[in-house]
Amino acid sequence: MSIDKNTVVKIARLARLKIPDEEQQQVTGELSKILAWVEQLNEVNVDGVEPLTNVNDMCLRLRDDKVTDGNRAADILANAPSQTAGFFVVPKVVE
Amino acid sequence: MSKLTDLSMTEALAGLAKKEFSAADLAKEYIAATEKARPLNIYVTETPGLALEQATASDARRAQGTAGVLDGIPIAMKDLYCTKGVRTTASSKILENFVPTYESTVSQKLFDAGAIMLGKANLDEFAMGSSTVTSGYGPTISPWSGPDPANARRKLVPGGSSGGSAAAVSGHFAVAATGTDTGGSIRQPASVTGIVGIKPTYGRCSRWGIVAFASSLDQAGPMTRTVPDAALMLRAMCGFDPKDSTSVDQPVPDFTAAIGQSVKGLKVGVPREYRIEGLSAETDALWQKGISMLRDAGAEIVDISLQHTKYALPVYYIIAPAEASSNLARYDGVRYGLRVNGESLIDMYENTRGAGFGKEVRRRILMGTYVLSAGYYDAYYLKAQKVRRCLRNDFDEAFKKCDVVLTPTAPSTAFGIGEKEEDPIQMYLEDVFTVTLNLVGLPGISVPVALASNGLPMGLQLIGRAFDETTLFKAASALEKAAAFTAKPPFMA
Repeated sequence: MSIDKNTVVKIARLARLKIPDEEQQQVTGELSKILAWVEQLNEVNVDGVEPLTNVNDMCLRLRDDKVTDGNRAADILANAPSQTAGFFVVPKVVE
Repeated sequence: MSKLTDLSMTEALAGLAKKEFSAADLAKEYIAATEKARPLNIYVTETPGLALEQATASDARRAQGTAGVLDGIPIAMKDLYCTKGVRTTASSKILENFVPTYESTVSQKLFDAGAIMLGKANLDEFAMGSSTVTSGYGPTISPWSGPDPANARRKLVPGGSSGGSAAAVSGHFAVAATGTDTGGSIRQPASVTGIVGIKPTYGRCSRWGIVAFASSLDQAGPMTRTVPDAALMLRAMCGFDPKDSTSVDQPVPDFTAAIGQSVKGLKVGVPREYRIEGLSAETDALWQKGISMLRDAGAEIVDISLQHTKYALPVYYIIAPAEASSNLARYDGVRYGLRVNGESLIDMYENTRGAGFGKEVRRRILMGTYVLSAGYYDAYYLKAQKVRRCLRNDFDEAFKKCDVVLTPTAPSTAFGIGEKEEDPIQMYLEDVFTVTLNLVGLPGISVPVALASNGLPMGLQLIGRAFDETTLFKAASALEKAAAFTAKPPFMA
């Protein structure tokens, strides 16, 4: 299946990824090619086959509902591009 | 006496135990080797100060009789493992200034065993690639490129994504290295640089603190010069970790006990579907040679079928990008990493991610976002997960007839930097023999077997049952012994 430039612009928006205008055409071609290549999976009959989501067939473990970590604000903020008074700072979102 | 850098891990540990040299002596030799290797761009960050500090502490432990199993061994750490206080980039510009405040479980286990870190080894950006060319910090040049690799006419790739690790080990710029393997990223670079690399069973090594690419496929593992070294190092890396929800609570056997054991009567499966279209005559001949070696050692060769093999790569290129697009959503310019400002919050996200991620990473995020988007999930992602089940069923059937499986590791020897760049699918085909194991969770090891007619190394891959690395090491050690591969790259420490 091939996709068009508008679809690429749409999924780039969903992925919050800026693709420069001059690259959009090339990316469209590459993604179309990869999608066409994965189409060969249509040859496989998977009727009644359960999807494999966990190779070791394990369930998520449970643990006691107790706090095991915390009080590490300085560590958590250590790599923040912008911070103030113990908060991450982002561009203004409410006018 | 030969150079200290020529000693394998097992030999270096024996020398340290006999006090023939100190951990500080060894570390100094390797720091000098690291400097010599700079034109190869093996390390994103060198840590000589830390290495000397750790070596001094190692010598003190040895003097007190409390040395660990890897005490004093200098290693390269793939720059995908978070290391406390040491910059960790995943070879991406988006993490250029990221300094973790915690240590990954596996690197901590290695330090607890006494290992010494020489630096953070280069990789394909976020481990996405088979050449180390997609690194945001430039490609790593293989020491196999020539006596002066950085000025060679055709500079060769060390494979990828663990290419810095592979180059370090093959050129003796580190005793061993850590790697990670999501589709072949330990085994393929090991094959094209003439070293040993093992991806253990999914769940053996904790993923905690390793920068995530595709969480259902990622596994850590060692890259070493010999099979016994791999057995020793893997044991130190494995073990249950409550911090990783997919870590498996299983006893970790002493893998070194399997080394040198007879393979008499061992059933070695040879899958007919791996004789793919376009398989080079030379790779095929190497494979036949490996079959003969194991047969001569007493193993029984069994013809097996893994009928869905040809679908593994397309399945992978749906599942891996899908998981990556989700994992990489965390790089948003807010909590850590690069920020590129914009007029609004959304602009800031888009600018940051557009500028911080390289081409291949952007391509995979888009691919992953597309296959998970409304209306396409069933057609791509769900379908891929179902074919993934078929791949696993193939192996479950095959392992009723055999104990291990023997295949080529990579389709060919190392290619040149800049080659295979035009068409992403050409690059993806590098992993055609390795990627299936990540999808089904099984362990695989690449063992160097011979030089091709162009003078470059080629390895063979052995595949084992889940959690049966012991049998895998037994077969790998027999193959290593029969192959007696001793070739070294033209540029060395």
